[in-house]
Amino acid sequence: MAWQQPMDGSHASGSKVAAADGPGTQRTQYPYVTGTSVIALKYKDGVIMACDTGASYGSTLRYKSVERIKAVGKHSLIGASGEFSDFQEILRYLDELTLSDHMWDDGNSLGPKEVHSYLTRVMYNRRNKFDPLWNSLVLGGVKKGPKGEEKYLGMVNMIGTHFEENHIATGFGNHLAIPILRAEWCEDMTFEEAVKLVEKCLLVLLYRDRSSINKFQIAKITTEGATIYPPYSLKTHWGFAAFENPSKGAVGSW
Amino acid sequence: MFRNQYDTDVTTWSPAGRLFQVEYAMEAVKQGSACVGLRSRTHAVLAAANKAASELSSHQRKVFRVADHAGVALAGLTADGRVLSRFLRSECINHAFVYDAPLPVSRLALRLADKAQVCTQRSWKRPYGVGLLVAGLDVSGAHLYYNCPSGNYFEYQAFAIGSRSQAAKTFLERRFEGYNDYTPDQLIKDALSAIKETLQGEKLTSSNCTVAIVGRKDDGTVEPFESIDGNRIQEIIDSMEAAEEAPAAAAAAAESSSMQEEDKGTDAAPMDI
Repeated sequence: MAWQQPMDGSHASGSKVAAADGPGTQRTQYPYVTGTSVIALKYKDGVIMACDTGASYGSTLRYKSVERIKAVGKHSLIGASGEFSDFQEILRYLDELTLSDHMWDDGNSLGPKEVHSYLTRVMYNRRNKFDPLWNSLVLGGVKKGPKGEEKYLGMVNMIGTHFEENHIATGFGNHLAIPILRAEWCEDMTFEEAVKLVEKCLLVLLYRDRSSINKFQIAKITTEGATIYPPYSLKTHWGFAAFENPSKGAVGSW
Repeated sequence: MFRNQYDTDVTTWSPAGRLFQVEYAMEAVKQGSACVGLRSRTHAVLAAANKAASELSSHQRKVFRVADHAGVALAGLTADGRVLSRFLRSECINHAFVYDAPLPVSRLALRLADKAQVCTQRSWKRPYGVGLLVAGLDVSGAHLYYNCPSGNYFEYQAFAIGSRSQAAKTFLERRFEGYNDYTPDQLIKDALSAIKETLQGEKLTSSNCTVAIVGRKDDGTVEPFESIDGNRIQEIIDSMEAAEEAPAAAAAAAESSSMQEEDKGTDAAPMDI
C-alpha cells in the first residue's frame, strides 16, 4: 500500500519535532479501517449528502453497515472518508463542543460555518504535530442569518486544506463525481432532482471504485433539522455482451 | 456605608450576608464620570462624559472598541478597565480565530462576569473597581449589558453608570419603552441628552463627551463599532439645542439635586439589585 512506512522505531519524515514522544512510540503513519467517497451538494432547501455504508480493512470490504454521515448540533451534517476511528474521535470532539454550546442555554447555537472553522483548526493543528486525523471531512448545513437562511457546504482534509463550494466530493469522488456535478449542478434544485444527481454519481462510484459497496445512505439538512435516510441499494446493470463469454477471444494460456 | 470589622478582605462575610469589599468596589464605579448605554433592535449606542485631570491634560479614555461587533464604556478605575478591555479583545479574537464568527455578546458579558467573580472569592485578589457597559451586535440583534465588580451582569434596554448617573437613569426611564424602534440618530440624540443630564448645568459640547455606535442597517450590512467624529457630534448637539429651549435645562437642574441620596440609603446589598 502506498502508505506503508518502515516500523523501525524511529519516525519517518523529518520528525525531530515529533521525537518528544519518547522511544517506542509512533505517530499515525497510515490508516487501517477506511471509508471511501462522500459527495454533497447544495439544493433549494439546504444541503444533501450521501455515501456508502462500507468500511474497508486494506483491500477487504470488512464492515458493511457503517454510518459515515452524522448530524452535528441543530444545523449541520458531517460526512467523513478515511480512517474510521479518527472520524469517531472527531465525533467525540464535536459532541463536547455541541454539548457545552447547548448548556449555555442562551439562544445561541453553533452554525455550520463555526463547526467547519473549528474542524479546520483541529485538522491543521494535528498535521503540524505530524499526527494527523486521517480523514477528509465534508461539513454541510443551513442556519438562519441576518440575511435570511444561509446554506453552507465545505470540506477540510487531513492536511488542513479547507474550502467552501456548492458541491463537494472526497476520495475517488474527486475524480469520478466532481466532473458530473460540475456539468449538471444548478442553483435551487428540488430535493428529487438533487437525489437523482447524487444517485448518478454514486452509481459511477459503485461501478468504478473497488472499495465501494452497493448500500448507500442519503442525508439532508434543512432549517427543520437533519434527516438521515435508511440505507438502500441502487440497481446495477451487468448485462453487457462482453461479460457473457469472458474468455471468448482470449489468446494464449493466460 | 461605614467601616466595620468585616470589611478587611473580600473573603470575609458579614453577619448580614454581605461582602463589603465588593460593595466598596461598586462605590468606586459611582465615583467615575458618567457613562450611558442604550439600544434598539438593530443598534446599540454608548456615550461617556469626558473628564480631564486638568486643563493641561487630555481627557480620560472611557470607550473602547473590543471587536468589530462590540465595544465597552467604563466608569471607575480606568486602569482596571483598560486591562479588562484587553481581556475582552483577546476573548473575541480567540473565538473568531477558531470559529470564524463573532463572539455572541451574551457570552462575552458572561466571560467578563466570570472573571470578575474570581476576584470576589480569592483572599489574595481584589475586585475590579470598574463597571462596564458592554454594547454589541450579533445574529440575535443588538445587546447592551452592564457588568459590575461583583460579577453580576444584566441585559438592559438602557442604562447609566458613574457619578450623577441617577439623573440620566431618570431621563432614560421616561423614554426607554420606544427604544426598540428608534433610528440610530434618535438613539444618539437620547444618549447625548442623557449625558447632558449628568453634567449638571455645564454646557454639552463635543469636547466633553464621547459617543460610539454599532449596528446593522436595514439591508443587512453591519456598521462596525466606532466612535463618532467630534464634528458630527457637535452638529447633532447644535441641532438638539435648536429644537429644545431653556425648559429642558431647568428640569435637569431640579432633578440632579435629589439623586445622590438614593444610592447610599439602601440596606440591601447593592449587588443584589
